[in-house]
Amino acid sequence: MTGIGVSSGIAIGRAYWLRQRTARISGILLADAAAVQSETGKYQRAVAAAIAGLEKLMAMEKEEEAAILEVQVQLLQDPAWEEEVYRRIGELRIPARDAVLLAMEHFVEVFEKMEDDYLRARAADVKDMGWRLFQRLAGLPVGRQLPAGEGWIVVAEDLTPSDTLGLDAGRVEGFVTQTGGKTSHAAIVARLRGIPAVTGVGEGLAAIADGDELVLDGESGVVLVNPSAAVIGEYRQKREDFLRRRQQLRALKDREAVTTDGVRVHLQANIASAEDMEQALAFGAEGVGLLRTELLFMHRDRLPTEEEQFIFYKNVLLRSGGHPVTIRTLDIGGDKPLPYLDLPKEENPFLGYRAIRICLDQKELFLTQLRAILRAALFGPCRIMFPMIGSVEELLAAKAAVAEARRMLTAGGIAFAAEVPVGVMIEIPSAALTADLLAKEADFFSIGTNDLCQYTLAVDRMNEKIAALYDPFHPAVLKLIKMVIEEGQRAGIPVGMCGELAGDVTATQLLYRMGLREFSMVAPAIPEVKNVIIRL
Amino acid sequence: MITREYLILAPEGMHARPATAMVKLAKQFQVTVLLKKGEKKAKLNSLLSILSLGIKGGEGVALEFEGTGEAAAAEAFDTFFANNLKDW
Repeated sequence: MTGIGVSSGIAIGRAYWLRQRTARISGILLADAAAVQSETGKYQRAVAAAIAGLEKLMAMEKEEEAAILEVQVQLLQDPAWEEEVYRRIGELRIPARDAVLLAMEHFVEVFEKMEDDYLRARAADVKDMGWRLFQRLAGLPVGRQLPAGEGWIVVAEDLTPSDTLGLDAGRVEGFVTQTGGKTSHAAIVARLRGIPAVTGVGEGLAAIADGDELVLDGESGVVLVNPSAAVIGEYRQKREDFLRRRQQLRALKDREAVTTDGVRVHLQANIASAEDMEQALAFGAEGVGLLRTELLFMHRDRLPTEEEQFIFYKNVLLRSGGHPVTIRTLDIGGDKPLPYLDLPKEENPFLGYRAIRICLDQKELFLTQLRAILRAALFGPCRIMFPMIGSVEELLAAKAAVAEARRMLTAGGIAFAAEVPVGVMIEIPSAALTADLLAKEADFFSIGTNDLCQYTLAVDRMNEKIAALYDPFHPAVLKLIKMVIEEGQRAGIPVGMCGELAGDVTATQLLYRMGLREFSMVAPAIPEVKNVIIRL
Repeated sequence: MITREYLILAPEGMHARPATAMVKLAKQFQVTVLLKKGEKKAKLNSLLSILSLGIKGGEGVALEFEGTGEAAAAEAFDTFFANNLKDW
């Protein structure tokens, strides 16, 4: 069975079901005002005791876990909640324990109906509080216990934050639940503790029995029940690899990429969506050297509107943690046709009507994207990068379009960021050879080695028959790269690289010696390249 | 009455944890604080009401402070928003 991996890592252990607690309304009606008074008093004492219990727990937890418990403390004192409880005790004349259950149901329903995933997950927080009070009021034992021994994988329909925090962490290998998502507090706790967890497995989870041997992969969301010894062996190996990789990542993640003689290098990620950003930051990326925008245009039947694009860019910038993001304008051509754009099939799509050539020809499409970027730039530092620039004239035309987009926004009274650097992706030999001229008009360069290599060597990188000829270490390619870096330095503008070569550890030293200081790559390559840089 | 507007920069919007911190902060003042998102409003003493507004990342909110010491309260929230709801 498969669910959503919410806390990565491999867990191997025995299943233990944490059954959902059930409670019935007692059905008792309070006789008189004195009884109402007495139940109200009971309720207040239960709240005080619950808060005291939480505060004791918080004192033993680290800051982030304590913050989650603090949410519970505030919920227990929430006036909207209290009002619901008191109203039920007083008006319905029911005991505090029944009033708590009913109020809990009310708020759980409110949250479960919400559209937003995050808010739906808050229903678990309300349940957590409700149970905390109910247990005290009904005289049930407080907290949950694991059976003796180690190596348990906790199986549950859903987990409250206190379940996850309260269980003895040293004896829990993993969590797997039927419902829930990435933003439940239980998932957050699992991540904080580094315990693998899979949520949202669905009804199939019922097939698991207490004591079953389980394997779960907190990344892919895979859950295996009673797998063969061979499979378990395989996952043990995976588990070790994962722990080693995490160890290495942790050691390198927050370390600056500085050479032994003190030169600072910036390592960034190539991403395609806001979702990629989290992974990029987890690998220690200092921003994004290439945000591909094609995803926004694919798998749909019409052009994305300015508003849709604005939200996409804004979401990326909001998640970047203040690091700069370089947004590449639409890079599409006859090889990746968009049904609604009606691009003719071409003999040579890579030498044809594509990328900036389309944008400069179809002005409305280009201006829409530029306006969306300029508006989104209010939410975080970003730069605009034009792909497939082959001449200064093209760069000037693209810059004129940016100026026009600014004028349109100004005229419309729409807020946008005034200072957004614009740069060139150097991927055509003619651009590399005229880097000195382009540098006068560009705020930065970024070398796209994949296309630069294929255009310089006349080698189609998709053609397997000539794959051996595709060699980014060919002296012709390296000469062009060196030239671009030097011209950028001469003009005093930053030069980065966002092609595959930037993430190739066998090229790191060479590129560094050529003067490259900004490398952008797929996120998992960042620690590996950093590992080379800190030894240079 | 003092009104302040803030932009929620945290991508996930108004989370339970920062909302909790806001409730705690508001309690330190003898001031009624009203949180508004468009037409909807919530008293800042109720976490459940704040969460019910469903405030998303990138959205703007307004806070209304009313009572003695409202200036100090507004200042405290300026500091709060300068340091929180950025990237939880």
